[in-house]
Amino acid sequence: MTLGLINANPVVHAKKKRVARPLDDPHADDAVDPLEIYDIVRDIRDPEHPYSLEQLSVLSEESITVDEKLGRILITFTPTIQHCSMATVIGLCLREKLKDCFPAHFKVDIKVAPGSHADEEAVNKQLNDKERVAAALENPNLRQLVTECLYSSEL
Amino acid sequence: MSLVDESFELKELQVLEGHADRVWSVAWKPATGFDGVPAVLASCSGDKTVRVWEQSPSSGSFQCKAVLEETHTRTVRSCAWSPSGKLLATASFDATTAVWEHVGDDYECVSTLEGHENEVKSISWNASGSLLATCGRDKSVWIWEVLPGNEFECVSVLQGHTQDVKMVQWHPNMDILFSCSYDNTIKVWAEDGDDDWHCVQTLAEANNGHTSTVWALSFNATGDKMATCSDDLTLKIWGSDLLTIQSGNGSAPWKHICTLSGYHDRTIFSVHWSREGIIASGAADDAIRLFAEDGDGLVLNNPSHNGCDLEFFVVDEPKYHLLLKKDKAHDMDVNSVQWSSAGNRLLASASDDGTIKIWELISLAGDQKPPL
Repeated sequence: MTLGLINANPVVHAKKKRVARPLDDPHADDAVDPLEIYDIVRDIRDPEHPYSLEQLSVLSEESITVDEKLGRILITFTPTIQHCSMATVIGLCLREKLKDCFPAHFKVDIKVAPGSHADEEAVNKQLNDKERVAAALENPNLRQLVTECLYSSEL
Repeated sequence: MSLVDESFELKELQVLEGHADRVWSVAWKPATGFDGVPAVLASCSGDKTVRVWEQSPSSGSFQCKAVLEETHTRTVRSCAWSPSGKLLATASFDATTAVWEHVGDDYECVSTLEGHENEVKSISWNASGSLLATCGRDKSVWIWEVLPGNEFECVSVLQGHTQDVKMVQWHPNMDILFSCSYDNTIKVWAEDGDDDWHCVQTLAEANNGHTSTVWALSFNATGDKMATCSDDLTLKIWGSDLLTIQSGNGSAPWKHICTLSGYHDRTIFSVHWSREGIIASGAADDAIRLFAEDGDGLVLNNPSHNGCDLEFFVVDEPKYHLLLKKDKAHDMDVNSVQWSSAGNRLLASASDDGTIKIWELISLAGDQKPPL
């Protein structure tokens, strides 16, 4: 574990106002709404700083795109700095948080925003290798870190 | 009987439920499924267990006969029966490979192979059952010698891949080992005298190779062709000269024959070549696809190719076509497809949805198109 933070001075943004979804929306159950997904992931805490991914602009509403017909979800996130080594951890957090949130046949692809990371291709490859993701989540240390990022807001 | 003229259907016979997490691999037990011996299948899962399923002679349905648990402490990624069927080896993310023996009604873990630094991803027995190969995320391939009394001794640790090794597979007839990796290459390993194993060929992007992780490889019955599948959304067929392979010259070079692209739009996790010549693929779009060689009949009884030498004088390289696509074969990614070697045209598939499905390839005789 590195002693110094990778990015000691992140830029922190104000939380965006949340829009309440109408409860009597007839398509609420079948449709996979990108904004609903965003609601689920926006508060994930950054692995290094006591701020949410939304506050650090790692994620925004535009991060999520859904293709209902094909059953695909694409999440694009922007690490706070070019050499962020926490990018894969953020990817694990996103997958773990979204695990049971939509129909089983939906496929989730996670990528870093183009140009936002020095090893973009290598990071994207690792983020989308499900065997690597599965093995990482079985690693107790990574598991612990992911749990902290997902549930610290509830503590 | 030409595969070009016939139509086929992949009929779902049964769904095997029981695993509590995704099923990664399935393996048919050799020498079962014919002559009155019930077919047996092993499956392994993210639930850390291995299940053994047996087909009932009376009803034809598969039942779970054993659950191999409390041994692996993490996901069991793949399983492989020894050629005699006496032993079952299982590879796990817990960095070990366990070897099990059927004792009475149950399976007993008779040996644990340690050495890999982290997740073991694949195991393969050679044709005679004298060697076992394993590979994993530590980028290495290990070769173990099978000794009497269920003892295993590591004879070589092969370095060469620059990334996670996804699968190892011995050649069906010769002691030549193949591995495929996250580094996008396939490597061929042969022995140069006493336990001196080294890489004799690397099939990389420059040799018409894959441009992303290669997940699996499979040989045809004669061992002169190999199919590989990848995250680059293609299947590739490779060939080598049969006579050179058989002469024991480990360096019979493999050449790219054909790339099947445009058929898959998500990662292809598994590929398996049946004894009859049908290539099955399992992919992350929940579908199973079957391919066959153009203008070539099913290899029915005698696997030897009369006039096979002529193949190499033909101007056009063999081409392959899609025989059928089974959409929504599972509710989630298909991780493994395996043909039974019993000649019963049964196919087993394993999925992230936690189930295994048994399929039968049926020929739709009534829909036979008139010969051209």
